[in-house]
Amino acid sequence: MIPAIGLSLGIIIGLLLQPAVPVWLQPYLPIAVIAALDAVFGAVRAILDGIFDDKVFVVSFLSNVVVAALIVFLGDKLGVGSQLSTGVVVVLGVRIFSNVAAIRRHLFDA
Amino acid sequence: MTQLPPEPGEPTGPGPVDSPQRAWRRLLRAGSPRATRANVFAMVLAGALGFAIIAQVRQTSLEGLDTLREDELVRIFAGVDQDGDRLAEEIRGLQSSLDLLESQSTNEAEAQRAARERVAALGILAGTVKATGPGIVLTISDPDRKVDAPIILDTMQELRAAGAEAIQIGDVRVAADTWFSDGEDGLSVSGVLVRPPYVIRAIGDENTLAGAMEIPGGVTATVRRVGGDTDLQIRDEVDVDALLTPTPPQYAQPVPTATP
Repeated sequence: MIPAIGLSLGIIIGLLLQPAVPVWLQPYLPIAVIAALDAVFGAVRAILDGIFDDKVFVVSFLSNVVVAALIVFLGDKLGVGSQLSTGVVVVLGVRIFSNVAAIRRHLFDA
Repeated sequence: MTQLPPEPGEPTGPGPVDSPQRAWRRLLRAGSPRATRANVFAMVLAGALGFAIIAQVRQTSLEGLDTLREDELVRIFAGVDQDGDRLAEEIRGLQSSLDLLESQSTNEAEAQRAARERVAALGILAGTVKATGPGIVLTISDPDRKVDAPIILDTMQELRAAGAEAIQIGDVRVAADTWFSDGEDGLSVSGVLVRPPYVIRAIGDENTLAGAMEIPGGVTATVRRVGGDTDLQIRDEVDVDALLTPTPPQYAQPVPTATP
């Protein structure tokens, strides 16, 4: 419940404040959001597997975000920013799907 | 939400570890509000994630062309180019159909105007519309009853020859099928009795008409010879307001002509 409440709270604050993304953050935020979603789904799966650890969750969340941003930054510097972004999104998307599949198996036995 | 523990005899999941009931319970326990560090962190991070999602969604919807990559710009440019070509083509098509319609309506208006003019001209000729214009008023007084139908017919011929476009004698319009005969107490014009003095109104070139009446041996001289008198007035505006009712032809049928 608590993470769900936190998520709704963040969404409501975002809707109220209408934040403008700073220019230096613009290329990294989309990838960072995808990486954070991957971490969240991984955490839910870990809870269901009974191996959830809060420290692991926080570290994986932050490191996912930082690494994703770093990859995009490096790709932009090397001139392959768009391709690398696509690659990161594909990898994270595959991980999210497999995590969701595991969660589904746990919750619905199907 | 199934928070009940599995009944011993009930057929639940395949194994105790993977049973959905246990999984739901575990999820609820992990999400239940406890003031542990894990929950606080999870809430903060989830809040940050929600905030970031909204910020990014807003940014994406606001995004203009300046943040796009080169290939995307090229794609958009090509699309705009194609759209422009398509719209220009559409404009050309619509313009040509507009031109077509305009010329058609112009032709139609032209034809209508010509038809109205023809109706007016034929109406004056046939005596079905009133006419006004410059012309003469010729009054023939006939105290001795000597001015007969042939003299009046000659007068009409003279007026026609002089270019009279509309003629009336007394209250009777003179048209193509008008006939004259001597009546009991005057003149029968197409069967209508007209008594002297005969007032003849003719529209045309007034000087030509007046000249035609007064030439030596003409109408004036003939009337004087038989004992009558004439009074000729040249007017800028003569009203020929007697009307004829056209009778549809009984035998003659118009031959249809091919319209261009």
